Amino acid sequence: MTTETATRGRRRGRVALRRSVTGWSFILPNFLGFGLLTLVPVVALFYIAFTSWNAFGTAPFVGLDNFRRLVGDGSFHVALLNTLYYSALHIPLTLGLALGLAVLLNTKLRGVAFFRTAAFFPYITSIVAIAAVWNMLYSPEVGPINQVLTSIGVDDPPGWTTSAQWSMPAVIVVGVWREMGYYMILFLAGLQTIPRELYEAARVDGASAWQRFRNVTLPGLRPTTFFVVVILTIGSLKVFDLILVLTDGGPGRSTLVLSQYIFQKGFEEYQFGYASAISIVLFLLCVLVTVVQFVINRRRDA
Amino acid sequence: MAGRSSATSLEEQGAEQGGRAVTTPLPEAAPSPGPQPRRGPRRRATTVGRAVGYVVLAVAAAAVLLPFFWMVTSSLKENNQVFTVPIQWVPETFRWQNYVEIFQRSDLLTWVKNTLLLSVAVTTLQVLTGSFAAYGFSRVRFPGRDALFLLYVATIAVPWQAYMIPQFIMLSDVGLSDTLWAIIALQTFSAFGVFLMKQFYDTIPEELSEAARIDGMSEYGIWRKIMLPLSVPAIATLVLLTFVNTWNDYLGPLIYLRSPDLWTIQLGLKTFVSQYNADYALIMTGSVLSVLPIAVIFMLGQRYFVEGIATSGMKG
Repeated sequence: MTTETATRGRRRGRVALRRSVTGWSFILPNFLGFGLLTLVPVVALFYIAFTSWNAFGTAPFVGLDNFRRLVGDGSFHVALLNTLYYSALHIPLTLGLALGLAVLLNTKLRGVAFFRTAAFFPYITSIVAIAAVWNMLYSPEVGPINQVLTSIGVDDPPGWTTSAQWSMPAVIVVGVWREMGYYMILFLAGLQTIPRELYEAARVDGASAWQRFRNVTLPGLRPTTFFVVVILTIGSLKVFDLILVLTDGGPGRSTLVLSQYIFQKGFEEYQFGYASAISIVLFLLCVLVTVVQFVINRRRDA
Repeated sequence: MAGRSSATSLEEQGAEQGGRAVTTPLPEAAPSPGPQPRRGPRRRATTVGRAVGYVVLAVAAAAVLLPFFWMVTSSLKENNQVFTVPIQWVPETFRWQNYVEIFQRSDLLTWVKNTLLLSVAVTTLQVLTGSFAAYGFSRVRFPGRDALFLLYVATIAVPWQAYMIPQFIMLSDVGLSDTLWAIIALQTFSAFGVFLMKQFYDTIPEELSEAARIDGMSEYGIWRKIMLPLSVPAIATLVLLTFVNTWNDYLGPLIYLRSPDLWTIQLGLKTFVSQYNADYALIMTGSVLSVLPIAVIFMLGQRYFVEGIATSGMKG
């Protein structure tokens, strides 16, 4: 009896071992790359940020020096505030437009398929080409946008990417224009999971279109909205290439964001230690916001 | 759907005989329980609603497409015609010469060649390693598997910008900086590919692989002969998204590729834009050419883009 259970146990152990080997053999080719190129750098980040490494010499450990420097660094404050400025407008605008368009597209209008394709197109167009076009559209004196604005009676149209005051709104417009189609597709998929009968029932009960939207559509879209908000938030906090090619952070520091400041300190001034400390701020910001969103979402579910 | 209601009785009969009558939708004219007089205003309201809907749709479509329209027409203008007052939306004569000149003035061919090489290599490797790993996550049960998968998913919340510096240091240390290998390494092992494939594998019934297992097929055989053929739609999605991503990537090449003969189309185009910043027409020509391959791919495979994004997004 005891030997029997022992052999059975050993056999079970051997099966489990074989399973582990098989499982890892599938995952390993990808995991090697993933671990080396993502996990290791993330861990290394938390070491480099506590050193004063400047690419050429050694990496002396300096404790919290880099973080103390952050507190008094004016450019860092500007970059952080600009990142929050971008996010505060980009997230609600993209969310609202994407949701509105998705609801509109979910009705049986003609040309919906065409529009779905068209709206998605900016998202897969390269940032460099987008920046080239929009920079010309934004041109203060002769650009099409300001010509249109002047013709409809705006006397003093904004200077867009050439003005410190308007450069961030200009970037946000392009950001929303580029991304709303992507999130619209996500919302459309979410809308299709809401049963038609719910709308019928609400209509029979005499609910107006707005009431149906508030009490059927929005609750039905909860999982989608949550996912969209999470992805959109991370995307906004890390915004980089769009700004790099559109305004290069300027004029002045008016569109300088965290990612670009990391890039400047790291790849232009080779202050790896200090740039890593800024990276940690960005990292923690993203993780923190995501965790908070998960907690809120779970509490609402309960 | 609209064709349904105008179906002749003959067709209806045929449908019924074919046993498809179940799918025939309820006729619109079915007596509704609601009071009759309300029908009129409501119909008028929906007509107004539809009209508003079309106006909104038209405005949105114009807003989305006008920049592209302007890009294409400007690429066919004389340089001094790009900015005119008032705006000239379509040039009187098309200057196709721009599309020859761009090749003479820049290394466009080299850039396209490099970008194509990278996109194909990254896509192939991503699909292979991604679907392979996804099989492990979806079909093989072993201790630590779920924790590992969670780790993969969690990194989607970590922006690349936050760890690009340690990554750059590591890749430079092993001598991969300023080689195309750096970009391949960077783009190939994304958590997204594994995630997308696993989501799809989870929808394939377990019985299929179980049956093959009983027939003595190895796990690798099941992946190769059963899962891969069944997951063609997911693979198509991953291929398209990865290809487009690699083609459009600007930051990776910007950081890693210093030698001009390694430049990708995005890096080359950006340099061209800053170098010849007054050659507006040519800049637009280059932009059109850099977008064109993606536009063609998107038109051909848009179903997979839309479906892939919808499914991979949903369960996140």
